[in-house]
Amino acid sequence: MSHERNGPDLLRQNVGRVKSGVGGCFLGSHVMFRGMDLHSEFAEARWMDLYLFGITGRRFSSAQLRLFEAIWTYTSYPDARIWNNRVAALAGSTRSSGNLGVSAALAVSEAAIYGRGIDIRASDFLIRTRAHVAAGGELGSWVRGELAERRSLAGYGRPLSSRRDERLDPILSFARSLGLADGPHLQLAHEIERFLVESRLRMTANYGAIAAALTADMGLSAREHYLYVHAAFVAGMLPCYIDAEARPAGTFLPLPCGSVAYQGAPKRTWHRA
Amino acid sequence: MAETTYLHSTIWLEEPEPNNAFACRAAYCHGYDVYGEMLGNAGWVDMLYLLVKGEAPSRARAAALELLAVALANPGPRDASVHAAMCAGVGGSPAASALMAALAVGAGGSGGAREVFRAMQAWAACDKDIEAWRSRWTEQATPHHEPIDVWPAAEHPAGFDPLGVDTPTPVKQVLARLTQLDADSRCAWLQANLSSMEQAAGFPLSMVGVAAAAFADLGMLPEEGEMLFLLLRLPGAAAHALEQRASGHKQFPFYELELEGTSG
Repeated sequence: MSHERNGPDLLRQNVGRVKSGVGGCFLGSHVMFRGMDLHSEFAEARWMDLYLFGITGRRFSSAQLRLFEAIWTYTSYPDARIWNNRVAALAGSTRSSGNLGVSAALAVSEAAIYGRGIDIRASDFLIRTRAHVAAGGELGSWVRGELAERRSLAGYGRPLSSRRDERLDPILSFARSLGLADGPHLQLAHEIERFLVESRLRMTANYGAIAAALTADMGLSAREHYLYVHAAFVAGMLPCYIDAEARPAGTFLPLPCGSVAYQGAPKRTWHRA
Repeated sequence: MAETTYLHSTIWLEEPEPNNAFACRAAYCHGYDVYGEMLGNAGWVDMLYLLVKGEAPSRARAAALELLAVALANPGPRDASVHAAMCAGVGGSPAASALMAALAVGAGGSGGAREVFRAMQAWAACDKDIEAWRSRWTEQATPHHEPIDVWPAAEHPAGFDPLGVDTPTPVKQVLARLTQLDADSRCAWLQANLSSMEQAAGFPLSMVGVAAAAFADLGMLPEEGEMLFLLLRLPGAAAHALEQRASGHKQFPFYELELEGTSG
């Protein structure tokens, strides 16, 4: 290569040390957490307070922290049919460790059609749309453009059900009780839904859109929202693991050979092509 | 009585033992009798290729996959994915956590499986057309709005090492071996045009880039190459996790901490 390369220099500067902008532990002494002493500054803090401070470097009001927590609570379903929860239950049934089962279930929650893949896109869509509308742009053509480009609208429509999302009324009611249901992103999320319904596009807002709107109104960027919702499902996963682990091993969703419909090549003799 | 169908598969057929519907008597992978016929006649890479592509590999393709499997088996303890597995090993974490750690860290867009995916997308779009590669990289380098994703945005041309100086010897060795297997392959074209490609990319070729070209030659889709890259690098992660577990934390650095800005 003819170019001057500084890669090795950059690497050499980082050999043998961890450079950190977020803090560290001084064993036997104290812990710094984004410039604050963990055990004194956060001695009486709620875990959600610290969690969000870790992600954003910002502190939130007590009402906001309650809403952040409720967003998780209202989507914690101990239903082992749900694909990510099913992983936790399968781990319980095979007598894997609880930590492995739930960790894998959380990893699986980063799906394209639900969970983290939708969360980040829904937040990004609402934040971009708000900027577009605020700059004088028209909503309908913007939404149609988004649909044409990405073939779906994150936060609108729902796999497995066409009924109204059962989480919406409870979370909106709770947000209203906290005085946190009047933000511009939430209003926009409702406006988009109205447009979709009036345009007969057969999509209504789901929890992904409303949760993203609520956190955007509390100042989270799309990537901060994505990181904040990381553990949203975990409270529903643990009971799935526990329940399956309490039952006889291997009895969670057993499949007889005949229950797998084979649709592949007919039987043939092995040889390399 | 007919059983209810719960799953569908074009890959796997299992026939039950006569006295137990839940016990397998014979299993067929894409039509081939796994335990009755493949066992003893087919190799590990034959099975791997068959599972993913649905057909037995040609001798040339089996040889290429075998070569690639050896080349990728151990990125070594300096690699971030193996380092992650060693972090599991040193503390006595479960075996699965070591592999999960290696998979998570080795999944990314900088030296990991997502980079293989992106490089294979580039192969699908540009194939053996150097001008197409140049245009693609020029376009990527131009500031533009990229749809947000769970993956952080790409920072360099996939398959090339932004921190490298020249093409490392093992990268050249693997590429040369793959080229010997098929003179018309993408690997052969890449070797013949290596200098131009590196010039256009602005960086030297990496092992990720060779793997992506080889997977494309094997007829893999980007998502198939991504999955195989994750899978084929696990042996080294496993071995180093086991080694670190045995040698303990006193032979595993805790490192100095350098706090920056207001973090301290």
